[in-house]
Amino acid sequence: MAGETGPAINPIEQFSLSPIVPIHIAGHDFSLTNSGLLMLIVVGLVSALMLFGARGGPGVPGRLQSLAEIAYEFIAGMLRSAAGEGGMRFFPLVFSIFMFVLLANLIGLLPYSFTVTSHLIVTAALALTVFLTVVVVGLKEHGLHFFKLFVPSDVPIYILPLVVAIEVFSFFVRPISHSVRLFANMLAGHITIYVFGSFVVMLLGAGVVLKAVSVLPFAMIIGLEALELLVAFLQAYVFAMLTCMYLNDALHPGGH
Amino acid sequence: MAQPAQTPATQSEVGKDAGGHAAFPPFDSATFPSQLLWLAITFGALYYVMAKKALPAIGATIEQRRARIAKDIDEATAMQQKADAAAAAHQKSLTEARARAQSLARATRDQLAADADAKRQSVEAELAVKFAEAERQIAATRTQAMSQVSAIARDAAGAIVERLIGRAVTPAALDAALAAQKPNSSGEA
Repeated sequence: MAGETGPAINPIEQFSLSPIVPIHIAGHDFSLTNSGLLMLIVVGLVSALMLFGARGGPGVPGRLQSLAEIAYEFIAGMLRSAAGEGGMRFFPLVFSIFMFVLLANLIGLLPYSFTVTSHLIVTAALALTVFLTVVVVGLKEHGLHFFKLFVPSDVPIYILPLVVAIEVFSFFVRPISHSVRLFANMLAGHITIYVFGSFVVMLLGAGVVLKAVSVLPFAMIIGLEALELLVAFLQAYVFAMLTCMYLNDALHPGGH
Repeated sequence: MAQPAQTPATQSEVGKDAGGHAAFPPFDSATFPSQLLWLAITFGALYYVMAKKALPAIGATIEQRRARIAKDIDEATAMQQKADAAAAAHQKSLTEARARAQSLARATRDQLAADADAKRQSVEAELAVKFAEAERQIAATRTQAMSQVSAIARDAAGAIVERLIGRAVTPAALDAALAAQKPNSSGEA
């Protein structure tokens, strides 16, 4: 632990919200916080990238246009391979989710910034959006056939009740696992980086010999930051990929 | 998750700094309305911009480029085929021209050889005719000359006899005498 003179270690403080524009409606706090500001920045950046990238025309694309088109083709390919050509009508949803989560994760890695996706309520809202889309579209498209999703076709009758119970359970657990996976990854990564960062500060505040040792946790931070960069992309990818697979269930409940 | 169990620990650790507002921030339900509202606003706006503006435009751009590339490749393939056909036609006409040139050369050579042959044969035939004519003429001349020789000889013999005997010899007697002599004289002549 830190000495009496060292700075207090509080790895949780980075996740706390601070109001920027206080808004109170009907007794609830709807203030624009640092989280809301980061959401605005994320959406602004994604919109700017994609709108600018749409401007180039069919000639040889520039850098930003290439980036926008790579993102487009990447998500379109993912969705098409997971949910087929019929899944392409959910393309704007999947694309928005992927870019929102990716940019939120990446911008969250900047020092003094805030990670929108480190709050369970945000990831849960996104996961529930997907979940409700799946349920509504599935019921609207297939009616009662949607429940075939819970009844695998080639299962012996005597274990069918057990399988159906498991399928139903796993279906309703989906939004939880979907949201907690992203939230927990972001939370854990940022806490880890903070802890190693505070080691550096503590060692620098200590004796002369220990100052030299502070290089070690600093090197660790560099490695962790690289790892978090990977995790930021990977979790956005996983989140979008699972969205594609769940949407596939809404479109093809029988082909399970 | 282990988070709820962890929360008291962090709280006690943090307690002095954070004061009363020490709940684990991600689970602080007081912040939920604000986060949900701003998420709905921002994500809704993002969805709207992506669905209505950005993605259709980028999709159209990519589709246009794909169509243009496909068209260019088709055109290039067509041109390649045309070029191949032209090269083949050129090769064919070259071969034909070479064959024609060869046949022309052979025909010309044969023609020239035939002409030369014909000319030579006609010249030879002409020469043979002339030769035969000349030979015939020579023979005629010689026969004539020989016949004249015997007449001259008879006249000379008549004159000699006349001079010797002092009177004219009748041609009949001369002929008879010469005829009697003939086998010898003609052999010597």
